[in-house]
Amino acid sequence: MVIVGTGGQGLITLLQILAEAAFSEGYDVKTSELHGLSQRGGSVEVHIRFGKKIYSPMVAQGSADLILGLEAQECLKAIYFANGKTIFLINKFLVPISGQKLLKQEEILKNLKKISKNIILIPAADICEKELGKNVVAGIYLICLACFKGLIPINPKSIFKAIEKIVPKKYLDLNIKTFYLAKHEK
Amino acid sequence: MFQNVLEKKDKKVILLGNEAIVRGALEAGVQFVSTYPGTPASEIGDTFYRLQDLYFEYSTNEKVALEAGIGASFSGLKTMVVMKDFGLNVCLDALFPFCYTGTKGPTVIVVADDPSCHSSAQSEQNTRGFAFLLHIPILEPSDSQECKDFVKFAFEISEKFKMPVLLRTTTRVNHQSGLVKLGKLASRSSLRRGDAGFVKDVNRFNTLPPRVLEMHKELLDKIEKIQEYSEKSKLNLVGGKAGRGLSSSKLGIITSGVSYLYVMEALKELKINLPILKLGFFYPLPERKIKNFIKPLKKVLIVEESEPFLEKEIKIFAKEVNCGLKVVGKELVPEIGELKPGIVAQAIAKFFGKKFNKLSVISNQLSVNRRPQLCQGCPYWLVFGAIKKAVKEKDVIFGGDIGCYMLAGVPPHNIQDYLFCMGSSIGIAHGIKKAVSGKQKLITFIGDSTFFHAGIPALINAVHNQSNPLIIIMDNKTTAMTGHQPHPGIKTDAAPIIKIEDVISACQVKNLKIIDPIKQNEFIQTIREFLKKDDVSVIIARRPCKFVK
Repeated sequence: MVIVGTGGQGLITLLQILAEAAFSEGYDVKTSELHGLSQRGGSVEVHIRFGKKIYSPMVAQGSADLILGLEAQECLKAIYFANGKTIFLINKFLVPISGQKLLKQEEILKNLKKISKNIILIPAADICEKELGKNVVAGIYLICLACFKGLIPINPKSIFKAIEKIVPKKYLDLNIKTFYLAKHEK
Repeated sequence: MFQNVLEKKDKKVILLGNEAIVRGALEAGVQFVSTYPGTPASEIGDTFYRLQDLYFEYSTNEKVALEAGIGASFSGLKTMVVMKDFGLNVCLDALFPFCYTGTKGPTVIVVADDPSCHSSAQSEQNTRGFAFLLHIPILEPSDSQECKDFVKFAFEISEKFKMPVLLRTTTRVNHQSGLVKLGKLASRSSLRRGDAGFVKDVNRFNTLPPRVLEMHKELLDKIEKIQEYSEKSKLNLVGGKAGRGLSSSKLGIITSGVSYLYVMEALKELKINLPILKLGFFYPLPERKIKNFIKPLKKVLIVEESEPFLEKEIKIFAKEVNCGLKVVGKELVPEIGELKPGIVAQAIAKFFGKKFNKLSVISNQLSVNRRPQLCQGCPYWLVFGAIKKAVKEKDVIFGGDIGCYMLAGVPPHNIQDYLFCMGSSIGIAHGIKKAVSGKQKLITFIGDSTFFHAGIPALINAVHNQSNPLIIIMDNKTTAMTGHQPHPGIKTDAAPIIKIEDVISACQVKNLKIIDPIKQNEFIQTIREFLKKDDVSVIIARRPCKFVK
């Protein structure tokens, strides 16, 4: 699974939650992330793989089962990891790129559809903003939703426990509310 | 995750490579740790910083960090020094003699390379090459478990042979998370500091000639012994049952570090079973083990990132034991940029002569070129804004340095005409100003932490040799880019604050102003005024990073 987005969207926390949840279900798990300059408001791409025995922390070209896009334009970059069966789960959310025209949602989808028909677009940022007053938890919402829908083969209960373990106390309540929001939306 | 670092023995937990390195050091009983932060190594220091019962410091630069470590080792402490690849260049001057004298307290130096330069300007460094100059043992872990285990091995080797040992990682090892089976933490009481003693031993700690030549001989003797150790070490592993299916006893693969993981993944994917030699030691290489491995083969593929150091060594070994062996490396495995699982799978497929249905990838015609940006609310926006109002950009040369402000070089700023290494903005500015004299104006940017790291000698040089750049110190009161580590100019514990303005005044800079860049008019006026000066001028643009509380 590959998660793409922009700096500050909390991709590394999502990765930790998924890793902890997969591990709690007895899987071998590896993740790959980036820090430093590469994170400064630019594109961020992180990887998680779990299964019986995992060597590489990085997903190979054309072999992602799921690509989670926290920002729609960034999904275009993740095409490298996609094949005909890859599921794109996309947050309907755009962050402008300096010096570039904002791409239209339809244009993005048209391009993604060239490689895979399995595209799920969810207005997660809007839903979270409306229901919880914060769109920063859109990522949490989407991974929870993906588990409830069976797109990620992890029991939502394991995700819940991982959230409790990883999310700092200050934000835990918000994240738990997000979990239940996803549960009701599925 | 941090809380996993201190979990109990025998537990399996998820650790980031960098956290696993810390855990390994704690299991080995490390007592003294020094570092200068740098991606991808920063979280090692940051994790130690949160721990008790051992001495940890953020040093002013990597050379000082290593020297502090040498002092601790000479006083008998178990010592670790941590840096990113370029940090090794900074501390080389001290590392050469340290390899000659050897250690007293076991010492491990962690150096993190960044192939593909995700977070590194200046060069795509392959630190392994220094092995041949320094004669320092180098170990290369491939995942979090090995990060922990290899650190312990490194301390053991250092203890046994009285040599510093270098643990060389890459971004995809440092920033990889995976399961780690924990060992026993060293007892807390053994971690105390302050009770060590320096025992005089002039014959050992002085590299004064002619003793230094004897030491050179002693060093080479040690390496010979360590090579014997390497021959028997389980760090160098012959294996290879990755893919059930096609197999060959005439072909083999030699690999190391993170590349090993890609090889195993590729063999699984391709359903190929080949003998693999995974090297945990890069230096000294287990020559006999490699020779035994390649002897029965017709072709061997070397999968390594960056320069073909292994490939070259193995070609030499092949001449001695198997003249007909075809050694394949960089013709299939790229030398520039990091390796990726797909690249390695393709190389292996080609090597094996198997068709690899590279999953067709539709190229994306829409460009998404999102460059790193200064954060919203970053005070550097104000500095760059003032400069654009104060001068015509084409009339001024702009010098860059290492930190968030190197984003001066990307849109919408585009005010960076050179960028090299820590502190060099000032050193190079001086040379340019000497060369062009009054014809062209020059402004350099340097951060507060970078100024302490390597800016001060360059400033002294510019004053002493009389040139007149305008130096803007981007004082955001932290080491922002690597994760907000402290530095000598800000309040930490009971240490006195070393004020940048005091240092600059002591360097006899007459044109000095401290301005909060929110005061745009004053900033603009001062830039214009200082650019007319015949001697060095400094503006300290002081406004904290928005993440500093």
